[in-house]
Amino acid sequence: MQTNGAGLIVKLLERQGITTIPGIPGGASLPLYDALHASAIRHVLARHEQGAGFIAQGMARSTGTAAVCLGTSGPGATNLLTAIADAKLDSIPLVAITGQVPRAMIGTDAFQEIDTYGLTIPITKHNYLVSSARELLHVIPDAFRIATSDRPGPVVIDVPKDVQLEAVTVGTWPEPGTAAPAMRCARDQIARATALLEAAERPVLLIGAGVIAAGASELVRRLAEGGSIPVAATLLGLGAIPAYHPLFLGMVGMHAARATNLILEECDLLVGLGVRFDDRATGKAAEFCPNARIIHIDVDASELGKIKTPTLGIQADVGDALQAMLAETAPRPRPAWSARVAALRRAHRLAMPGADDVRRPYGLVRAVAALAGEDAIVTSDVGQHQMWVAQAFPFQRPRQWLTSGGLGTMGFGLPAAIGAALAFPGRRVVCFTGDGSLLMNIQELATAAEERTRVTLILLDNGHLGLVRQQQELFYGGRYHASRFAAGLDFSAIARGFGVEAHDLATTSHPAALLARALEAPGPCLVRVPIAAEANVYPMVRPGGPNREMIDPDAPVAETTASDAVDGGSDAGF
Amino acid sequence: MRDSSERPTIHAEANLAVHHAPAAERRSVVLRLLVRNHPGAMSHVCGLFHRRLFNVDGIACLPTTDASRSTVLLLVREDQRLEQVVRQLAKLADVLEIHREAAGDGAFGTVARALGCPVPR
Repeated sequence: MQTNGAGLIVKLLERQGITTIPGIPGGASLPLYDALHASAIRHVLARHEQGAGFIAQGMARSTGTAAVCLGTSGPGATNLLTAIADAKLDSIPLVAITGQVPRAMIGTDAFQEIDTYGLTIPITKHNYLVSSARELLHVIPDAFRIATSDRPGPVVIDVPKDVQLEAVTVGTWPEPGTAAPAMRCARDQIARATALLEAAERPVLLIGAGVIAAGASELVRRLAEGGSIPVAATLLGLGAIPAYHPLFLGMVGMHAARATNLILEECDLLVGLGVRFDDRATGKAAEFCPNARIIHIDVDASELGKIKTPTLGIQADVGDALQAMLAETAPRPRPAWSARVAALRRAHRLAMPGADDVRRPYGLVRAVAALAGEDAIVTSDVGQHQMWVAQAFPFQRPRQWLTSGGLGTMGFGLPAAIGAALAFPGRRVVCFTGDGSLLMNIQELATAAEERTRVTLILLDNGHLGLVRQQQELFYGGRYHASRFAAGLDFSAIARGFGVEAHDLATTSHPAALLARALEAPGPCLVRVPIAAEANVYPMVRPGGPNREMIDPDAPVAETTASDAVDGGSDAGF
Repeated sequence: MRDSSERPTIHAEANLAVHHAPAAERRSVVLRLLVRNHPGAMSHVCGLFHRRLFNVDGIACLPTTDASRSTVLLLVREDQRLEQVVRQLAKLADVLEIHREAAGDGAFGTVARALGCPVPR
């Protein structure tokens, strides 16, 4: 086949099974767009490259397969950086392809020239500056292999314009790049892990994104049920175990239910599965699980011992390790521990004030969850609304919940929702967002409208950078500065200006009916919900403080009724 | 399925003990890397050290007889973060092998004398 570098890229992407690519064209990527013109690949025109990057992330996070985004040289590449860095911290398989100035001009400060390779070294799993069209034959499959193998991550391929235009003849095509086979663990380590588990009186499983990446949710559930082991999740582990599972404790860490953190405080064995002991999860790491031995299983060896020195660190695919452990573990009830866990949960559950009021954060999240149904995919932006959703939304399955964890990128929610909707056109996608976050990528409302994506935005509008305000209230003596948006915006009018249906919960006397209508809209739809600026996320661990010390003015008086025992009650896990 | 032993190899000639001595008193150690020889490989390796706030005292790099590969020698001080840095190095796609060696009077001794610098130990 006679083609050029650009044609080669498009052909290789087709062979990878890529059908949708978000991006924005520019001078240095025009040959690539010319090749796309002749391809069946659907190009989704974003309105900012960061939007394109997060649309691709929404596709990758919801499907578990690598997704591609395109940007041109210079500002196209720099605008992609945030989405790439976000994918690095959350281990998302993203392949970003950027145009670059022609090779002869590299290093001359040419128009729209930037050192994309140098800029992306610290935020990618690997990156390439391609120096010939022929090189693409191994670079493209290699990029997909690296992005999806072991711990997934982003890969950048920077392609100079003259390489895109370089004529090339291809005889045989390379095989598409695929994830390397799952990494097996050493069997003697499994024997040690099993022995530690059997000796434990008060074990807890802590699950993270690695469980979802490994497709190991079912194995986690079996291990937990067999040993009566409660399961806590990191922010990115939510959904791996159904929220209402009696052994599920919900999210751990800064905004966990107090019971969850206290149960971890008391455990004598912590089994960390696909987690990296992030500070938002552990609080003060030295005081995290102070009485516990730790088994840490992760596919990335550099995570073992990075924050907490494990009693036993196992580098392996979480699924492989769990399968091996299940084969060697006999079911074992732990009645004393189960009773203690139940008592802690009764005494220290999440308060969730206003859970029955659709106009307040928890009530809104619960109402949307009930209306959207289990099929819906949920994205969020970053801030108070994100934590309210993480605490209160009953996630049922892996990849139902897409949120920016490690980088904590405001502006993630809307484009990620568009990406999820493109990947699953038959499903409703709900994006919980805040007024601060939405403004950071609001231009993607145009993309949502143009593509007629079934994205419903639930905008919690408190006129503030709420989590900043909350920290200024709690830790900076109430000296509020730069956390209030003095100019109130008419978000409904803005949405309509983009061609997006909009509603305002402030002006209706039937809020539930309005929500129901919005969640059935055939295209994108925004619902603005006014939220009191004073509404805070509780409980809260002071940043840097130990998890047992939680600020919790909403804490209910301890109840001892049987209705919220460990095996039931709608508040299980929250 | 494959074993973790099939990953890029880390050859620990001597398992490095954890040292908490002040930087100047810590023992020097040499990391010998086999890397792919291309313009960005050194940026990947060196950037990794500065991102972890880990100082590299000396660097030497030359192509091997197979010009598509280079050998990189890094002179670093032992401390508790070295193990983490080595594991991060092992994740770099361009890094094919990692050997740890005692600093001694090897390559950096020769370089030190040529530059009129103290021989690392």
